[in-house]
Amino acid sequence: MTEIFGVPAQVLYGQLLLGLVNGSFYALLSLGLSVIFGLLNIVNFAHGTMYMVGAFLAYVLLSPLGLNYWWALALVPVLAAGIGIFIERTVLKRIYGLDNIYGLLVTFALTMIIEGVVRVYFGVSGLRYPVPQALTGMLDLGFMRLPIYRVWVIVAALGLCLLTWAIIERTRLGATLRAGTENPKLVQAFGVNVPMLVTLVFGWGVGLAAFAGVLAAPLMQLTPQIGHSIIITVFGVVVIGGMGSILGSILTGLALGLLEGVAKVYYPEASSTVIFVVMILVLLVRPHGLFGKQ
Amino acid sequence: MKSVSRFVLALMAGTMMGSAAYAQEAPIRIALMTDLAGPTADYGGQGGMEAIKMAVEDIGGSINGRPVEIAFIDHQNKPDIAVTKAREAYDNGTDMIINLSNSAAALGVMEIAKAKNKVVIVTGAGSSKITGDACSPNTVHFAFNAYSLSNAPVEALTRAGDDDWFLIVSDFAYGLSVEGAVTGAVDQAGGKVVGTVKHPAFMATDFSSYALQAISSGAKVIGLSNSSSDTTNSIRALKEFGLGDDQKMVAFTLLINEIHGLGIDQASGLVYATAFYWDRTEATREWSKRFYERVGKMPNMVNAGDYSGTLHYLRAVEAAGTSDADKVLEKMHEMPVNDMFAENGRVREDGMMVHDMYLVQVKTPEESKYPWDYLNVLETIPAEKAFVPLEQSECPLVAKD
Repeated sequence: MTEIFGVPAQVLYGQLLLGLVNGSFYALLSLGLSVIFGLLNIVNFAHGTMYMVGAFLAYVLLSPLGLNYWWALALVPVLAAGIGIFIERTVLKRIYGLDNIYGLLVTFALTMIIEGVVRVYFGVSGLRYPVPQALTGMLDLGFMRLPIYRVWVIVAALGLCLLTWAIIERTRLGATLRAGTENPKLVQAFGVNVPMLVTLVFGWGVGLAAFAGVLAAPLMQLTPQIGHSIIITVFGVVVIGGMGSILGSILTGLALGLLEGVAKVYYPEASSTVIFVVMILVLLVRPHGLFGKQ
Repeated sequence: MKSVSRFVLALMAGTMMGSAAYAQEAPIRIALMTDLAGPTADYGGQGGMEAIKMAVEDIGGSINGRPVEIAFIDHQNKPDIAVTKAREAYDNGTDMIINLSNSAAALGVMEIAKAKNKVVIVTGAGSSKITGDACSPNTVHFAFNAYSLSNAPVEALTRAGDDDWFLIVSDFAYGLSVEGAVTGAVDQAGGKVVGTVKHPAFMATDFSSYALQAISSGAKVIGLSNSSSDTTNSIRALKEFGLGDDQKMVAFTLLINEIHGLGIDQASGLVYATAFYWDRTEATREWSKRFYERVGKMPNMVNAGDYSGTLHYLRAVEAAGTSDADKVLEKMHEMPVNDMFAENGRVREDGMMVHDMYLVQVKTPEESKYPWDYLNVLETIPAEKAFVPLEQSECPLVAKD
């Protein structure tokens, strides 16, 4: 059996593949966070909560309403975007002119409130969302048996990331968006409704988080805390990649997922901190992140 | 003259009413202190509240003419809040505090109870310290602790020939103490631990890497030295990544609510130890159905422990004829515990209420015939084997020859 630094190659490949799955989630979530920060200048702490809400909405659609996974994948991001737009219009709009810290505080408060409400209705034991029938089963890769659902997660998450990147970097709408954040007054003078653009961007970002929530639902026990535990890591990813950088978020998300995978093989105790060690190093060397602009 | 006698009568009536009112003003005050709505609310919460109320109702609502008053205190899983609120409650006349999910909160409140000479009954926390080196004459520990949940499954499985173990360990105090207990028990039973992997506590939602390492180790038994969502996520990941047919899963801290949340197809085959199963005897069924009508779910071992602990306390108050802590504690140690939770349980010098534990296995979906029909009781672990022997106790209260 081939060994790489004392670890059988099979084990390492397996962990790297799992790291890629986690990395896809980091990419999808940090992308939304990054887009919202880039265009709204809000540090959205509630992003993880919207991921959790996405997963619970999928659950509600399934058990009382009987709408399956594919419906959830299509409907939940739209519903969540609606919630996001409502929050943006009623709450966030009022704090745009203020320091970043207010945005952080307000969204942190929203996190506590939404989590509390979900906990009251759904409890803490965890709910179960089944893997959709079409994606059950395993692929035998030789070095490991990989559940097909995990392959789908990588494909779907990366597909959506690339779509978002293409819209923002390669379309006219995206160009207007970027211009709007650069100089809102000027863009408004050209007859573009900037506040509406901003609302739509926030909705899109929340929709991405909710989509990630639906993707994650069949992989874990759904508890109100799931958003909480992932958001800290995702913040780390965004800081490393550079706040506001889209491609940076995607690449950093994937890379850090892989790094975690490696850590889990060689020193599992460090797997939860390795991202933050990298974060500190990056902040020392490039305070604006690997892909951030000055 | 007539008016004077009337006045005297009125005065007498007044004093009598006064004394009756005085009797009602001195209620017995008990408090459930727990996580009422947070992440460990299964260990307390709504279920704990109803269990306590049921105990008070079952004893008739009052003892020796004194009404029993119940308070609910949320410690929010924070030991400092628990300690502050316990001090406040005891100062305001609370006689007994029960539950104390979260070992750190329990150990803190035990100190306060000792200083103020009041009673504390721990049902929701499992640290072995509670009746070990941190034991207190004012504490009675009901339900379970780390030793009683880990020793029996290890012993039974190793005896049956499943002698090599892989452990998935939560990297914090409780997970490590369970790991220690399990490793000791495996050694003693002649098996060996072939590998362990540690994961961060309550932060990881993705257990696939740990599951993969456990499965590929080829160990016959995979032991889960973690708790709550960490345990359920481990189980899911083990099933998802194709746990071998010849590999068994053992959990060391599991509540029936978690099996309900996982679904029986995910949990089937899982072996663990528990202090209570609702569908075990006629008495447990009768009580559990009453509980179900009030809470909407079947009781777990902590809920049942809350009921039993409260009942035992109130019976001791009745027998002692006072709520004075010393006399009540003396009675609690003296009287056997006999109710639907425990048969011939007794409170030892170290404060542990020792009773039979049950080694259970989760049924297959085909075996499960009705809602909450989840467990087969594999064997009854007698009280003397279920808990750490007194001669090995680290509790200073235990007299050593």
